[in-house]
Parts: sequence; C-alpha cells; structure tokens
Amino acid sequence: MELDIKLIDDNGKRLDGRSAEELRKIKIEAGVLHRADGSCYLEWGGNKVLAAVYGPREAIPRHTQNPLRAIVNARYNMAAFSVEDRKRPGPDRRSREISKVISEALEKVVLTEHFPRSAIDVNIEVLDAEAGTRCAGLTAAGVALADAGIPMKDIPVACAAGKIAGQVVIDLGKEEDNFGDADLPVAISPRTNEILLLQMDGHLTVEEFNKALDLAIKGCHAASEIQKKAILDKYQSIEGAE
Amino acid sequence: MPNEERKIVLPSQILGDIKSNKAGRGTFIENGKIISEKLGILNANSNFINVIPLEGRYEPTVGDFIIGVVEEALSAGWLVDINAPSPAFLHVNEVPWDVEFGDTEKYLNRGDSIMAKVSQIDELKKFQITLKDRNLYKIKGGHIIEVEPSRVPRIIGKKGSMIALIKKYIRCRVFVGQNGKIWVDGDTKSIERVLQTIYKIESEAITFGLTNRIEELLKKDAKDVR
Repeated sequence: MELDIKLIDDNGKRLDGRSAEELRKIKIEAGVLHRADGSCYLEWGGNKVLAAVYGPREAIPRHTQNPLRAIVNARYNMAAFSVEDRKRPGPDRRSREISKVISEALEKVVLTEHFPRSAIDVNIEVLDAEAGTRCAGLTAAGVALADAGIPMKDIPVACAAGKIAGQVVIDLGKEEDNFGDADLPVAISPRTNEILLLQMDGHLTVEEFNKALDLAIKGCHAASEIQKKAILDKYQSIEGAE
Repeated sequence: MPNEERKIVLPSQILGDIKSNKAGRGTFIENGKIISEKLGILNANSNFINVIPLEGRYEPTVGDFIIGVVEEALSAGWLVDINAPSPAFLHVNEVPWDVEFGDTEKYLNRGDSIMAKVSQIDELKKFQITLKDRNLYKIKGGHIIEVEPSRVPRIIGKKGSMIALIKKYIRCRVFVGQNGKIWVDGDTKSIERVLQTIYKIESEAITFGLTNRIEELLKKDAKDVR
C-alpha cells in the first residue's frame, strides 16, 4: 500500500502533534457503576473503555473451580459501534485472545489464594476504539479491581510502544498503528516492574526492542499515577461533600 | 473515632518495615516491607499495621452473626448464601429442630432467610454456620436490605450506639448481620424511615461526626421517643 501520509513531520512531531515520548491524554474515573462490585471508566486518547468487576463469587460451572485458589475471568468485548465499520458483535478470535492474556496478567497480581473455589469476573467493554484498546482495557481493569476491594499485590497497568517511520515511539495512535512498523503492548506491576503481558506485532531489532520496552515501562508508570489518583479521588469527593 | 486522621491507602502501598512493626489484617510482607493488599483505611494498633477495607465482599470470621438466604436443601443440611465468596453449609445437627434424614425441606427451603452464626471455617475456607444460639431463628416477615459489608461497623456504631439511636427514635426491630444484610420489622412507615437512615449512614460512612448528625436528623421528625 502506498503511504501518502507522513507519520512524523520534519519537526519530529507526530500526526496528533505529540512528541515521540508523549502519551495521549488519559482520564480515569473509578466506581461509575452501581450494580458491579467495582468499576472504572477510562478515556485514553480516543479510546473509551468501561470495566466492571464482580466477585469473588462461587465459580460456575463447578468444574472450573480450583480448590486452592480463585480464578480470574476477564472478558474483553468490543461494542458494535466502537470502530468505523460496524463490528460484528460477539466474541471472535481476536477478543478471545485478548481476554485470555488479560486474565493471565490479572491473575498474577490478585491474591487468588484468599478465595478458594471462587471466580473473579472482569468485564471490559470497549465503547470507542482508537488503537491500544488492550492496554486501555487492562488499565481500566486494574482500577476496577482496586475499587472492588479485591486483595492484590499491585495495581496492574499497561502501555504500548512501537515503531513508526523508522523511529521508536510511545503509545501508538490509530494511523500509527495501521501504517507503522511495529506495536509492543506491555503490562507491568509498577511496584516491582514485573512484566505481566508482552506482545509484539511487526518487526523490531534487539536495540529497538529494548528501547521500546523501556519507553513502554515509562508510560506504564505515568499511567499508574493517574490510576492511583482516580481511586483516591472517589473518596476525597465523598469526604468533601459534608 | 480512634484516630483523628484517616488515611486512605491503595493496594501496593508500602506501609512499614517488619523490623519496627507487625503486619496485620489487609497487608502482606515482601522483602521485609509491609505492603497494603487492598483499598482501605490505615489503622495502626499496638505495633500492628492493619488496613480496614473500604469496599469488598464479606469475609466471614468465626462468631459473626449474619443473615443468610437458603440456596438449596440437601439431605443432611442446607446450603446458605451469606454474601461470602462461597456458600455456607448448615448441618442438620446445627438447627434447633429434630430433622429426620431427607426431611430438610420441611423446615427450611430455598428462599427462606435465617439469622445465623458462623461456627467454623476450615483451611479451605469452607464455612459452617449454626442456628444453635440465643436469638437465632428463621425469619418470618419484615424487610431485608443489603448494604456494603465494610460499612456495617458504622451502622452498628461504637458499642452499638448508632443502632441504639435508631431504635430509640423509631419504633422498630432491627438486626444487622455482619455480612451486610439487615433485617427490619415494624409498620410500613417506620421501616421506610429506618431504611432512609441506614442508606444515609452507608453513603456517608467515612465522614466525621456522623452519629451526631444522624441523631439530629432523627430528632427532627421523631414522634414518640423511648
């Protein structure tokens, strides 16, 4: 395909005016749903994601129960209206894969041994998509889990890095994702810098990979601060309402 | 209020060192540091660092008085939903009636509510409850509501002060289960007022001077004070 857009202009600015190491705007609100045990609404650039947590509750069907620990069921779903062409509703290959990798990432931070035979359900609903929805979804899930009062070792957070026009940059936007060279979503546990999720689409050399990973981890820490502030804000607003 | 300053802590927040303090409830130890495991309020009590949860499911402890809803009648007992991560078991020997084997449905059936006590928790977190104690019985009539289990201590108040307040100003019977289920009985109007008061307590649970404000509120439209 003939590339007729310049992903990085002569001043080193990207399509949306960001520099190479600048994140998109992130807005997080905790506890937005009343029926769920914990919830979170997150806007990450053009992404709009809603996450809801239920449980811990008895795992059904019974054969999925683990007698020693809880299982974490994350369900990533894209709304039909989240993309330009209508997305056929229902789980597909892509969303099942994302559900699986997010479940495994969350299972690493939740103290599952506290709740034998139970399940913790995490629903991630993508309302509006603009590249990097799995990172946005996982970040929202982290806030929703904390809001649900689920014991965990850390609040997981995710951020992507990638390569566009031969340059390593952080947090790819829509055009950058479609016409760029590589995308590297990373989820970490910010306290220990443990990697919970790492996927790569495209090609990177070893140096580029290391640079992208460092950049993504830096982005994770920035997003983590916003997450923590969002959770605290929910309680500050109640105390202030006297 | 034990300490004037109420500090909200997040999971993964480092709270102290195991050399100078001991890790209490809601915390875990990693590399010699005490770290919070959930969203809650920091509470330091004689060397122990605790985190009192702000949200979350009910975590049963032996001796808790709770309200449960029967899920299923089995041949040797009942499975009861007590708002915990898994249902609790009520054995036929733990009820005040003489139940013949297989006759459990005659006494308690799906949907019935009971006031019960947590009697045993084993290492696999299987919960056992009992009806053999004072004031424990099957609930007939009244109204059951659910509140956030972490707010229950505020609804009961210090040594039961808040609940005593409600009973003083409103003619009703109230039983607060530790698992966040509350049973209220009385005439329709007083039930409604009790519920309003409880929801107010729940939504303002982390503010200061709540007991006094609730008393003023109840005083305002109290008719017969006992």
